Amino acid sequence: MRMLTLKNIKFSAQENGEKVILENISFEFRTGMNYVITGANGCGKSTLAKIIMGIFPNAGGQILFNGQDISNLSITERARLGIGFAFQQPVRFKGITARMLLEQASGKKLTTAVACDYLSTVGLCARDYLDRELNSTLSGGELKRIELACVLARDCPLNIFDEPEAGIDIWSFNSLVDIFSKLKSKNRTNIIISHQEKLFRSADEILLIKGGKIALSGAPSEIMPKLQNFGNCDRLRGENGQN
Amino acid sequence: MDKIDSKLLSTLGLHEIPQGAYNIRKNGQLLGRNSSANIVIESKTDNPGINIRIASNTRGESVHIPVIVTDAGITDLVYNDFFIGENCDVLIVAGCGIHNTGATASGHDGIHTFYVGKNSRVRYVERHVGEGNMSVEKVLNPVTVVHLGENSTMILETTQLGGVTSSIRKTEADLDKNAVLDIRESILTDFEDCATTEFHVSLNGAGARANVVSRSVAKGNSFQRFDSNVEGNCDCTGHVECDAIVMDRAQVVSMPALKNTDSNASLTHEAAIGKIAGEQIVKLETLGLTQEEAEALIIKGFLS
Repeated sequence: MRMLTLKNIKFSAQENGEKVILENISFEFRTGMNYVITGANGCGKSTLAKIIMGIFPNAGGQILFNGQDISNLSITERARLGIGFAFQQPVRFKGITARMLLEQASGKKLTTAVACDYLSTVGLCARDYLDRELNSTLSGGELKRIELACVLARDCPLNIFDEPEAGIDIWSFNSLVDIFSKLKSKNRTNIIISHQEKLFRSADEILLIKGGKIALSGAPSEIMPKLQNFGNCDRLRGENGQN
Repeated sequence: MDKIDSKLLSTLGLHEIPQGAYNIRKNGQLLGRNSSANIVIESKTDNPGINIRIASNTRGESVHIPVIVTDAGITDLVYNDFFIGENCDVLIVAGCGIHNTGATASGHDGIHTFYVGKNSRVRYVERHVGEGNMSVEKVLNPVTVVHLGENSTMILETTQLGGVTSSIRKTEADLDKNAVLDIRESILTDFEDCATTEFHVSLNGAGARANVVSRSVAKGNSFQRFDSNVEGNCDCTGHVECDAIVMDRAQVVSMPALKNTDSNASLTHEAAIGKIAGEQIVKLETLGLTQEEAEALIIKGFLS
């Protein structure tokens, strides 16, 4: 079943001093599948994710979610329809605690046990974190896990993860792969922006963005050997001098 | 006590007549008073106001001294002195609620002086609330003077979340050896409100520590001024933090000042004024909140 359809998505903007261009991106994401979108830094992966969420406007084209045209809907409206989003760099809040954010995400009051479950799933010792403010006293990795926990608390049909592995240690990384598998088993669709080969292997389909277009797409067994021709993951990352 | 009185008292943290010692004042008159075995409240003979005497070794007890003003044209001035013995651990809840539906200004000026004995710990919570006719002035000018004895601690939490059209809050404190002062102030102003806070903290005893944290939100056309002066006169530490969110056409002036008279004093400050970060609103929108809901949650968290 089609979950999300992108038709001729266009975008052009300066971002961090680099020109990001997307040209006529079209793709169909099906229900209950794990997709990994990869490509060099600055190729527009995060931009595409943000266009789907409504954070960036699409300069042209159409986005259909469960058959409904959401191209002109706000972020809030898309979120309420059932799209979840985990940011690459989670934002900090003075005075807002992990518990408050989890409750906003789930849309209801949470018992301590349930809230702890979400945090434990992402590898945090829950009771220590529940009432912590999401301020500068938390490390990037801790914030990142709380960000992932919020997406789990939302329990959306479509989840977008922008580089979920960034700042996550090896132990948690294995848990991360499990999280995506569990979401898939609940018939959720995941779109994961990533450079990690391990996540490539766990995907149902990989999309490579290059030159503003989807250069390759298909099953990992088909796509991963071809990625060598486009540069392996490390080289993909390094194309813009970043690692 | 009528419904307005109960509602005002509840916004000041009182949901019923408190257990233990209390003194409730309404429109400049005594509404109710109770002393306990360890906490004695008595009227002053020289000035309007009360003396609160807390016996040494009083632990786990509380004192509530709310003031409510429901008549227009009232200007109430009281002097409340707290004499806290040694080795105490007490909670003191004060505050003023003004409900003014009349045509003339009303206000309350409370001058509170604390003498905190050796090794005592005091948590002092002060809430200020104004409601009623938007165009009528509701004025609060609290003065708090704190004398902290050796090894004593005072946590001072002040909250003024809207409705007070004009306030000048002055806090002065002097700290003896190893005394600790922890001030947490939350202020929200809107419309044409004007709020000024002034802190003067003198760290006089070796090992004294003071932490002055102010978080404020200024909306509408309101104005806030934050003046803090921390003076280190010995081997001591002091930190001032003032953080303001501004919205609409509101303006905030933040003036944290530090001064040392002893080279062993360690004093720091940080100040920030700015709008709500756009990325914070976007994050909450991705959780399904509208922009207005996101702003309200950010402000609620920030001031909590």
